[in-house]
Amino acid sequence: MSLMNWIDDRFPASKMFREHLSEYYAPKNFNFWYFFGSLALLVLVLQIVTGIFLTMNYKPDAAEAFNSVEYIMRDVEWGWLMRYLHSTGASAFFIVIYLHMFRGVMYGSYKKPRELVWIFGMLLYLTLMAEAFMGYLLPWGQMSYWGAQVIISLFGAIPYFGEELALWIRGDFVVADATLNRFFAFHVIALPLVILGLVVAHIIALHEVGSNNPDGVDIKQHKDSNGKPLDGIPFHPYYTVKDLVGVIVFLFIFSLVLFYAPEGGGWFLEKANFIPADPLKTPEHIVPVWYFTPFYAILRAVPDKVMGVMTMGLAIVFLFLLPWLDRSPVRSIRYRGPFFKTALTLFTISFVVLGYLGTQPATSLYTLLAQIFTIIYFAFFLLMPVYTKFDKDKPVPERVTMK
Amino acid sequence: MKQLLITSFIALLTVLPFQIQAAPGGKLDEMDVNLHDKASLQRGAQTFVNYCMSCHGADLMRYSRLAEDLNISDGVMLENLMFTTDKIGETMSIAMQPEDAKKWFGVAPPDLSVIARSRGTDWLYTYLRTFYLDDSQTMGTNNVAYPNAAMPHVLWEKQGYFEKNDHGEMQRVTEGELSTAEYDRMTRDLVNFLAYISEPSKLDRLALGKWVLLYLIIFFFVALALKKAYWKDVH
Repeated sequence: MSLMNWIDDRFPASKMFREHLSEYYAPKNFNFWYFFGSLALLVLVLQIVTGIFLTMNYKPDAAEAFNSVEYIMRDVEWGWLMRYLHSTGASAFFIVIYLHMFRGVMYGSYKKPRELVWIFGMLLYLTLMAEAFMGYLLPWGQMSYWGAQVIISLFGAIPYFGEELALWIRGDFVVADATLNRFFAFHVIALPLVILGLVVAHIIALHEVGSNNPDGVDIKQHKDSNGKPLDGIPFHPYYTVKDLVGVIVFLFIFSLVLFYAPEGGGWFLEKANFIPADPLKTPEHIVPVWYFTPFYAILRAVPDKVMGVMTMGLAIVFLFLLPWLDRSPVRSIRYRGPFFKTALTLFTISFVVLGYLGTQPATSLYTLLAQIFTIIYFAFFLLMPVYTKFDKDKPVPERVTMK
Repeated sequence: MKQLLITSFIALLTVLPFQIQAAPGGKLDEMDVNLHDKASLQRGAQTFVNYCMSCHGADLMRYSRLAEDLNISDGVMLENLMFTTDKIGETMSIAMQPEDAKKWFGVAPPDLSVIARSRGTDWLYTYLRTFYLDDSQTMGTNNVAYPNAAMPHVLWEKQGYFEKNDHGEMQRVTEGELSTAEYDRMTRDLVNFLAYISEPSKLDRLALGKWVLLYLIIFFFVALALKKAYWKDVH
């Protein structure tokens, strides 16, 4: 081990390994929901690696972009695999992230002292949405083009300087070559750098305060004579081997989609995106990709465009505020009272239903439903200080339980 | 907690399997794509180069790839399927310029490389079989799957002509060279071919997929055993 000593004298490699893996004590009672953090990291690496290979043959040029993607699919060795890994990975990323966030809400992982873990996570989610939105323009199909056109025009709804802002974002009066070029720059370098930085911040903040767990109890309260938490186990090797099992199950489901249904039934790769972008021909039915549709439904539920954009923004702002809206002393849903359980169930249903409504044409019935579920969505946050304060929470055990 | 999970999964399930786009023209006839039926793909290729390629190109598809995937020798390929070029590595492009085509037909015939992925194979299969005579149209024909289609009934010699009676039912006006069953097969082969050229790598991905899944299944049991070994003392 003299080489390792040589390195350790100059760079804290072993120290970092101990602090973040072999002597990072995680609660021993992680359940199914705790796979999604490491899976998100896996998908991030997957997106970066496949993205690098795609960049080698993709052309960010309005005249060539569409064909260059098909060139990758046909003429580049293993290009089809890189492309499908990347396109399936994008949807997988959001599935994993949504489940990861849901876990955080369920077990109160955003509560003190993990507020910053949550904030960094929310910033990651925001950046990821921007990253996905810009990446979706790159294949330069009809849905890429018109989806971007619709979303960017939302900025135009902002009073006074909105139109100027939209023009500034596009770099042209419509989505055009200039837009494609800058979105490419943001997608392949600017936003990935931000995401990587935030991931580091997210993990450092987490390791500073320690992981929460399905019981929501603090494992640092009970330590042995060596100062190690009694209910904690070293992340490595315990959770590395456990997460490995999760990774394989995830990859199995991922591969089923990748190899047998890469279009994801038209949800991961939309039919209209196999028609090259045509600025003169608006598709009948413009839908954002599925992971944006809950917010799109909220936007359309509000009759006034400016108010709609603001409401949509608030839908995300409120997520940031969760640590301060929740007044309950209890973290985990296991020991929460009926108010919170009901509220979270309604919120989850409203999020899924809004997601569905966002994919459908805005008929009067669907608009009414979207309005009802938008109200439920916001009620979850707005009423939270009240129902969490007066909820009949159950007693929380001293130590973690192994269910 | 369990109810919550079940509710959200049921909600997800009801949403996911349905495609969003309803095709114009109502119900479509279904057809099964079989990329392993090389004879069907070869017949489809023949129909494609003889009839479709007068106006439509497949700019993203290479003859060499076609020859390789469909077990067609370069010689046969050059002689029977390549009319616009003699270079096997070329794409299936046509000489007609989109600008000219737009002048002549009002709309440029679309490139067909990925048409099966944007329209769907059922739509194409229905489209090719539902032309009918209609004097109000420039080309004298209309289409059930695609009302006011600009394309004439190119395969009329094969299918014959139909017209729509007052009840909206299709009635045969002239006989074609082929019986209904034969014409259905011809169009099925053609759509099968269009499905193939829309994603030639599909053959690769289907072939690779089962090995990846098999590997993951084996790896799963190894990883599970490893996890259990490490965790046996954690209570």
